[in-house]
Amino acid sequence: MRGRPPAAGPLLSIRGLDVELAMPRGSGRVLAGVDLDVDAGEVVGLVGESGCGKTLTALSVLRLLPAAARITAGAVCFQGRNLVTAREDEMRGVRGRGIAMIFQAPRESLNPVLTVGRQLELVLARHHRLGGPRRRARAAELCAMVELPDPARVLRAYPHELSGGMCQRAMIALALACRPALLIADEPTTALDVTVQLEILVLLRRLRETLDLALLLITHNLGLVAEVCQRVAVMYAGEIVETAPVADLFSAAAHPYTRRLLEARPRIGAPPAGEPIPGSVPDPLARPVGCAFHPRCHRVQPRCRQAHPEPEATAARVVRCFYPEVASS
Amino acid sequence: MSLLAVSELSKDYAVANGAFRRRALRAVDRVSLDLGPGATLGVVGESGSGKSTLARCVLQLERPSSGSVRFDGHDLSGLHGRALRGMRRWFQLVFQDPAASLNPRLRVGATVAEPIVLHGLRTGATAVRARVEELFRSVGLGPEHVERYPHQLSGGQQQRVAIARALACEPRLIALDEPTSALDVSVQAALLALLRDLQRQLGLGYLFISHDLAVVSAMAQRVIVLYLGQVVEEGPTAELLARPRHPYTQALVAAVPRDVPWATPARLLVTGEPGSMLERAPGCRFAPRCLWATARCHAEAQTLRSVGSDHRTACWRSVEGELPPEGLSCAIPG
Repeated sequence: MRGRPPAAGPLLSIRGLDVELAMPRGSGRVLAGVDLDVDAGEVVGLVGESGCGKTLTALSVLRLLPAAARITAGAVCFQGRNLVTAREDEMRGVRGRGIAMIFQAPRESLNPVLTVGRQLELVLARHHRLGGPRRRARAAELCAMVELPDPARVLRAYPHELSGGMCQRAMIALALACRPALLIADEPTTALDVTVQLEILVLLRRLRETLDLALLLITHNLGLVAEVCQRVAVMYAGEIVETAPVADLFSAAAHPYTRRLLEARPRIGAPPAGEPIPGSVPDPLARPVGCAFHPRCHRVQPRCRQAHPEPEATAARVVRCFYPEVASS
Repeated sequence: MSLLAVSELSKDYAVANGAFRRRALRAVDRVSLDLGPGATLGVVGESGSGKSTLARCVLQLERPSSGSVRFDGHDLSGLHGRALRGMRRWFQLVFQDPAASLNPRLRVGATVAEPIVLHGLRTGATAVRARVEELFRSVGLGPEHVERYPHQLSGGQQQRVAIARALACEPRLIALDEPTSALDVSVQAALLALLRDLQRQLGLGYLFISHDLAVVSAMAQRVIVLYLGQVVEEGPTAELLARPRHPYTQALVAAVPRDVPWATPARLLVTGEPGSMLERAPGCRFAPRCLWATARCHAEAQTLRSVGSDHRTACWRSVEGELPPEGLSCAIPG
């Protein structure tokens, strides 16, 4: 197995990533200057509403963008290599072995006509060239690692015979089969019930600790982010508008969008939330001039309508706003 | 008088058991509930708990196998054909996925106009059109949206159209089946505010089905908790969520994500998955997953018993004070 380069700089570093999407009405910038770092063993949350570019960011990293989307600028450095310019055969080595990804709909992401055991063995045969007995042993070991009850039965089962939570565990086992350094989890618990969701989160936290795995958790659920992540990046309209350590973000969000997003969540025992955010996410074909959030911002100033704010770093926090909220709320 | 009174409602489905035999799957098991005019009853439970089947039986989209549904004093199970259709305008349903519940080939204005014409609530194209625009206004959509197709609207706007369609026949009860689960948080907050406003203005009763306890706590005065088709706990929302008495409710409440960064997950009060509705053991249905189950739990079926004013639970250990009152660590801060 290939050794990992020494930890100089972050494991994954995305800089100024631009992605253009060709649509029937024209082509638009769906990612605009995305900067994002994930350190080895770190859990980073990527949050935002649907259509803000969370999944596209992840797919850009793995170079799995749909045919209509194209990276037009920026760099994605993983273990010291720029994936944007990497050859396709180099990418095949990165996918699975360097970076693995799991998706929202676990049952739909598994192959319905193969048993879970067969799917695990195919991955192990392809990437590790393991022989039959060692392959089967490793498959059972992976099932145990993701705490699947009754591994022998699960390995013989087809996806439709398993519950949603068990399918997601099987997906995680597949993703970990090649010992990746980074796992990208795209809404891994959204389709699951709350009690099952908690079990999967506990599992992901444990795996991070035992395997020294870095995790990029993509979600719209800020409650999950609080529980699992160390750092959070908030996306809006294809831009990262705020990045901060999780405690700072929840105690004092600096970007008005983050603040409104936090306020909009219903919470048990809390009175109904304040003002909803007016309007809707801008059309990528008609990005507003100035700050992307200004048409919906309650703190908008004339400058926000004219100039585009650049990311400003203060301590551990980066904010893309001319007039960030002050610490006290 | 209550707007909706459901008593001992059960729904059985015949499912294949082997090649030639069929057996009954009881999706809803002797559920009783009561809803006053202008009030909201939350129905909580995980997938497969029978929430949606309950709503469909209450609204007579499926006929209950047993039990009665009284709407405004009328027994709905005795009604058929024209008489039932006449009643239908008073109770409406809004589904989880607005994109799937609107006709993709119809302009949304036509979708909203349909029940107005069908029930003869307005006559003449101008009057119908005026009513449609009025309904659109009441759900926060402009007249420019009337001529659009569903795919030209956002998810939040589609759900507003679905609500306008439900309001078109001036109902008194709306069953909302996970109305905001498919929406983003900011859109969800706006939609919940809209539903509260409409309720205040029109005196609507809501049967509010959700798996999200936080959403239910923002909407409902009372909650029932379903597990494998049975009510395991019911009570006033604030009381039930602050002091859940059934181990299943305790587990659900504890599993809700909180804003505590890196909270210690001592909150996994239940593991595994609900059993099958086909396996009918004699005892409590939750017993196989319950941390506190004893031999008596596996042997004895549980019925709802009082544990406080207006608060009932189907757990003998909780009723007899044998459980820690709030499970392991269920206290909700604030």
